[in-house]
Amino acid sequence: MSSMMILLVLKCLSQIIFYCICFAFQMQTVTIIPGDGIGPEISTSVIKIFEAAKVPIQWEERNVTAIKGPGGKWMIPPEAKESMDKSKIGLKGPLKTPIAAGHPSMNLLLRKTFDLYANVRPCVSIEGYKTPYTDVDLVTIRENTEGEYSGIEHVIVDGVVQSIKLITEEASRRIAEYAFEYARNNQRNSVTAVHKANIMRMSDGLFLRKCREVAENFKDVKFTEMYLDTVCLNMVQDPTQFDVLVMPNLYGDILSDLCAGLIGGLGVTPSGNIGANGVAIFESVHGTAPDIAGMDLANPTALLLSAVMMLRHMGLHGHAKKIETACFDTIRDKKVLTKDLGGNSKCSEFTAEICRRVQDLD
Amino acid sequence: MSAARSVLSLSKILQPWTGLKGSTVSVMRPVMCTRREKSSYTPPPAKYGGRHTVTLIPGDGIGPELLNHAQELFRFCCVPVDFEVVNVDSSLTSEDEINNAVTAIRRNGVALKGNIETNHNLPPSHKSRNNLLRTSLDLYANVMHCQTLPGVQTRHKDIDIIIIRENTEGEYSSLEHENVPGVVESLKIITRVNSLRIAEYAFRQAREKGRRRVTAVHKANIMKLGDGLFLQCCKEVAAGYPDITFDNMIVDNTTMQLVSKPQQFDVMVMPNLYGNVVSNVCAGLVGGPGLVPGANYGKDYAVFETATRNTGKSIANKNIANPTATLLASCLMLDHLGLHDYASMIRKAILRTLSETRLHTADLGGQGTTSEVVQSIMKEVQKGGPLTSEKI
Repeated sequence: MSSMMILLVLKCLSQIIFYCICFAFQMQTVTIIPGDGIGPEISTSVIKIFEAAKVPIQWEERNVTAIKGPGGKWMIPPEAKESMDKSKIGLKGPLKTPIAAGHPSMNLLLRKTFDLYANVRPCVSIEGYKTPYTDVDLVTIRENTEGEYSGIEHVIVDGVVQSIKLITEEASRRIAEYAFEYARNNQRNSVTAVHKANIMRMSDGLFLRKCREVAENFKDVKFTEMYLDTVCLNMVQDPTQFDVLVMPNLYGDILSDLCAGLIGGLGVTPSGNIGANGVAIFESVHGTAPDIAGMDLANPTALLLSAVMMLRHMGLHGHAKKIETACFDTIRDKKVLTKDLGGNSKCSEFTAEICRRVQDLD
Repeated sequence: MSAARSVLSLSKILQPWTGLKGSTVSVMRPVMCTRREKSSYTPPPAKYGGRHTVTLIPGDGIGPELLNHAQELFRFCCVPVDFEVVNVDSSLTSEDEINNAVTAIRRNGVALKGNIETNHNLPPSHKSRNNLLRTSLDLYANVMHCQTLPGVQTRHKDIDIIIIRENTEGEYSSLEHENVPGVVESLKIITRVNSLRIAEYAFRQAREKGRRRVTAVHKANIMKLGDGLFLQCCKEVAAGYPDITFDNMIVDNTTMQLVSKPQQFDVMVMPNLYGNVVSNVCAGLVGGPGLVPGANYGKDYAVFETATRNTGKSIANKNIANPTATLLASCLMLDHLGLHDYASMIRKAILRTLSETRLHTADLGGQGTTSEVVQSIMKEVQKGGPLTSEKI
């Protein structure tokens, strides 16, 4: 009996010592999902750069091909879910959306599994990658679970289709709170709610009301409201007037891609998805580019910048700044650039250059 | 050299309106009037003594002052149009005033309007007046022609896009309900009849104006049934126009392409909400809300206004608003009435004034006032000499 007690105590002690060591070295686990197409190459690039920057992260690689769980419902593999639940932070490469595979898109599955309710996309002009728009520095925060993408559609009679846009109080409040907290934690000055309440009085009206209520608790952040069309109009004329934008699903989809287009496209835009229970998955939003997969031609910038966003979320600001500076310096110098950025270097050369700069910055 | 260039650019802009796009025009030869080559539409009959009567709805914000300038300009140019002014007070909750306006437009067939403000803090029973007007008159097609204008500094050059937007259904059906407290459902309705109608309109316009390509904008990967139906209808109509290329693009990709390479688009057709987004993006690309006119066409009626439908509350009555969009909209109205000579004359004057950077209003980065711009337009009209039947 006492020997069992001693064994139990020893087990507890070893666990405590293990966690203490982990804490001492502050090694955090991050689940990495390489994805399909160019996913594995760019993930390898990011891991290499993180090693060069000596970031205290240990990676756990997982695959998320859909499998049919008990009851016939499609779900992600249990190892992937377990890993994410433990580490709470994930980095994801592009996932292929299968056509006629019988299961919904993987992105949708991930979103449902972890209740990823906020999609955050910071759009900052990259010095060295010229676009007609300079000095863009805004963040789009998009509600990711409901709205126009509820997927509820009916054919009422032949030739008449009804799509339902769902707006709930709970989801609107949650996204508004996240937006204001993000603004506060990242030293942003204002939050603008984007809506179309003049036409969709009840639904966008509810969203707007919730934003207004939450704004009352965040008096240090300025709150404004603007119609979707006015935002679009002003965005293409003068994007510098915007700071943080919060909006329902469809407007967020359109506006976040619009802003990505302002800074140079999906190949250089980071993105993060925040879920309930502290889960956060950061991803690159471009496609899998199957035509250049495996040829060492891919541009890892989007995934790298998403990883930098992840570091900031984890509180590792020093490392984040180092890697980001190295990446931007490389692009600004224009000596080693991948094909889509206007150069003709390989992915590995681009990665090596960033690693070199990171080590120089130490 | 620069004079020749400006004449060339002016003639390039006037070509689409005169329906001659695709034919070569030399710099020295003046643009020919194409009264004979326009569409087979017959304008509404002029009432008394060869004069047309048009309903005028001043609206809110900058609407009243800019429409006053339009009336002034018409008087100056002796345009045979009389305006029947119908005021719609946006603060009243009764729908009598907007119904009166609708009756007036039914009577006259054509209207010129400013935007009527919608206070979105009022309860949902108070519907948007502009929307009510559009649905009552079944103005199913909203047409906006975005072109790079001479003299206006923009980030992108050589833009020439026609946007045709379904104007009556889609997300703007105003059908919302709250079944459970805290959960609101808004219905987006897409019907086969309206989708076919707008697609037919788009392809017909493309053919009439000599355009090569029609792009349908949608989100059918997510809204499979709704936008799927819209896309299906467009494909069906496209089969009847083999001379015009038809392709489609998802709306988020479209906005991304618009800000990086807008020159790739020709004619675009889309449901209501995407039309709102895309037309505002395009208006921003060519210089802002003060420059682009818009038209709403139905089977029997037509209403002309600025393309982006802004009230401009903050700049109202300060004499700084840009009258170009409203005046170009009135030119579109004159074209619709069959008064092409007057339309070309006024349009030429507007574009000549626009190339004059000293007279740019604040939205274009200048310091000119509205009245200065209108005076300059009148001077340009006068310079052109009296309108005779031989002259354009």
